[in-house]
Amino acid sequence: MLQSTAINTNGNATGVAEGTKQGTTGQAEKMDTNGMSPETGTSSQEQSANSVINIKGLSLTFETNDGPVHALSDIDLTINQGDFVSFIGPSGCGKTTLLRAVADLEQPTGGELWVNGVSAQQARLNRDYGYVFQAPALYPWRTIAGNISLPLEVMGIPKSERQDRIARNMELVNLSGFDKKYPWQLSGGMQQRASIARALSFDPELLLMDEPFGALDEIVRDHLNEQLLRLWDKTDKTVLFVTHSIPEAVFLSSKIVVMSPRPGRIYDVIDCNLPRDRGLDIREAPEFLEIAHRVREGLKEGHSYDD
Amino acid sequence: MTTDALISPGVTGGQGLWSRLMSGKTGPVLVIVMAIIAIWYFSAVMLNSPFQKEIYKRNSVEWTTSQLISDTLSQERPVLPAPDQVVVELYKTTILKKVTSKRSLVYHSWITLSTTLLGFIIGTVLGILLAVGIVHNRSLDKSLMPWIISSQTIPILAIAPMIIVVLNAIGIQGILPKAFIATYLSFFPITVGIVKGLRSPEVIHLDLMRTYNASNWDLFWKLRWPSSVPYLFTGMKVAIATSLVGAIVGELPTGAVEGLGARLLAGSYYGQTIQIWSALIAAALLAAGLVSLVGISNKVVLKKMGMAQ
Repeated sequence: MLQSTAINTNGNATGVAEGTKQGTTGQAEKMDTNGMSPETGTSSQEQSANSVINIKGLSLTFETNDGPVHALSDIDLTINQGDFVSFIGPSGCGKTTLLRAVADLEQPTGGELWVNGVSAQQARLNRDYGYVFQAPALYPWRTIAGNISLPLEVMGIPKSERQDRIARNMELVNLSGFDKKYPWQLSGGMQQRASIARALSFDPELLLMDEPFGALDEIVRDHLNEQLLRLWDKTDKTVLFVTHSIPEAVFLSSKIVVMSPRPGRIYDVIDCNLPRDRGLDIREAPEFLEIAHRVREGLKEGHSYDD
Repeated sequence: MTTDALISPGVTGGQGLWSRLMSGKTGPVLVIVMAIIAIWYFSAVMLNSPFQKEIYKRNSVEWTTSQLISDTLSQERPVLPAPDQVVVELYKTTILKKVTSKRSLVYHSWITLSTTLLGFIIGTVLGILLAVGIVHNRSLDKSLMPWIISSQTIPILAIAPMIIVVLNAIGIQGILPKAFIATYLSFFPITVGIVKGLRSPEVIHLDLMRTYNASNWDLFWKLRWPSSVPYLFTGMKVAIATSLVGAIVGELPTGAVEGLGARLLAGSYYGQTIQIWSALIAAALLAAGLVSLVGISNKVVLKKMGMAQ
């Protein structure tokens, strides 16, 4: 049974949200439609107890030959432990850049970014997150088991435990029995599952996924979406998920961040509290469609000036 | 459109001996080899006939064309020996001579081969070390690369005697100076290949290692080195052939006692063109054998690494 307030437009606690989980945050000045009051300093202090990502006034500008490109501008966002947050927006809205900044693969040019209470760089050095790229990025000279073993080897985990973890994570993504195969012997969907198993193998609390299913067909994508949802439900990891697909975002997320381009910024943050044990058929439920509609409206308004 | 459709089945549908032969690799290769041999015979007749005619004139011999052709193909010191003369010479100097004999081509080939292999091994190791330095150190990249490139613009024939003399002055003799000349030629393709290979990993593969906070050591052994293996083999294929050239050139200034280079030099001293050509053929066969050996090991290694599809 869904809560009637599944779409939380005004930032007040919803029925399903845990006590500490707050609704729409930090986008006061951008969300003029819902009349939310600006977030105060004290409330952000309160959240930091179980918040994994804290972003304040973050901006990132690329210097190019054609002048500066404002990939990210004045981003404020807090992500709590156990959240599944989707970033959606048109190309060039900076969603991948934001994810890469969290992963310390890009250097912000302004603002604050805290991951697990430390700087993004320190979080990377601590190996706090697993990153899943758009492409599987498997090493062709390693078997599937060898690829999943890669982070474990780099992190100096002993061989016996490596084997345990490889077996466990291959089972988790339904790849048991393919351990001795090479990447080119697997389909695109299986390769991407292997790359997810690789990211999970060292058991990071935080999972950063950059359009992991973007290159896959609809059927495989649906299947992997379901698997990913089960996985999130089972492990209670925090997931940051970049996508182009509205149904994917609504289906997977507990929170959807709608972004708009030039400069890349957050347009809307939508809470999305569908029941955790949802199946694919929820995509026809009115609650689902309602959220999807709001995301679509946000995307439309977010870059209407563009043409 | 209809004419094409009508003609092509007739051509391919015949499946005669000729079309079956030509559809594979063997047929075309055979045709080209036969064409080369025919051109060779023709050239031999043309190039050797002036001298032959001179002899006829001096001895006032009446000659026919067939007489002329058969004589031009069996001169003792022809301008261009006929293929069969070279084959006979090869047979005499490989099968009929004991391999320890100074007249055995097998013996001389072995001398050159051992120099080639030693020079190739040193060149490969040196090439890899230089490449690793260049990839990991910007100042090495800036300072070494121009020298490495200009080293290859100097004619090896000019620098080979100096290498021999300098090394001789510090007491290095025998196979090493020759091997160093082979190294001088063979390290270059290795360095260029490995530099490219070590820089070949995609950004996404590098980013992945970065998210693991991998050490430079892991980055090298788990990503850069495996990525560069196909480039290493491409470099080695060129390097082994240039190493052979270096080994032959290295034999020339040493007094030309042993090795294929020595045979070439001795042959040219005494106008033994048949000997020169048989040494040339031996060198070519050696090079072909070495290059295909590298090619086979390339296939084996890539298959073992799982990269051969």
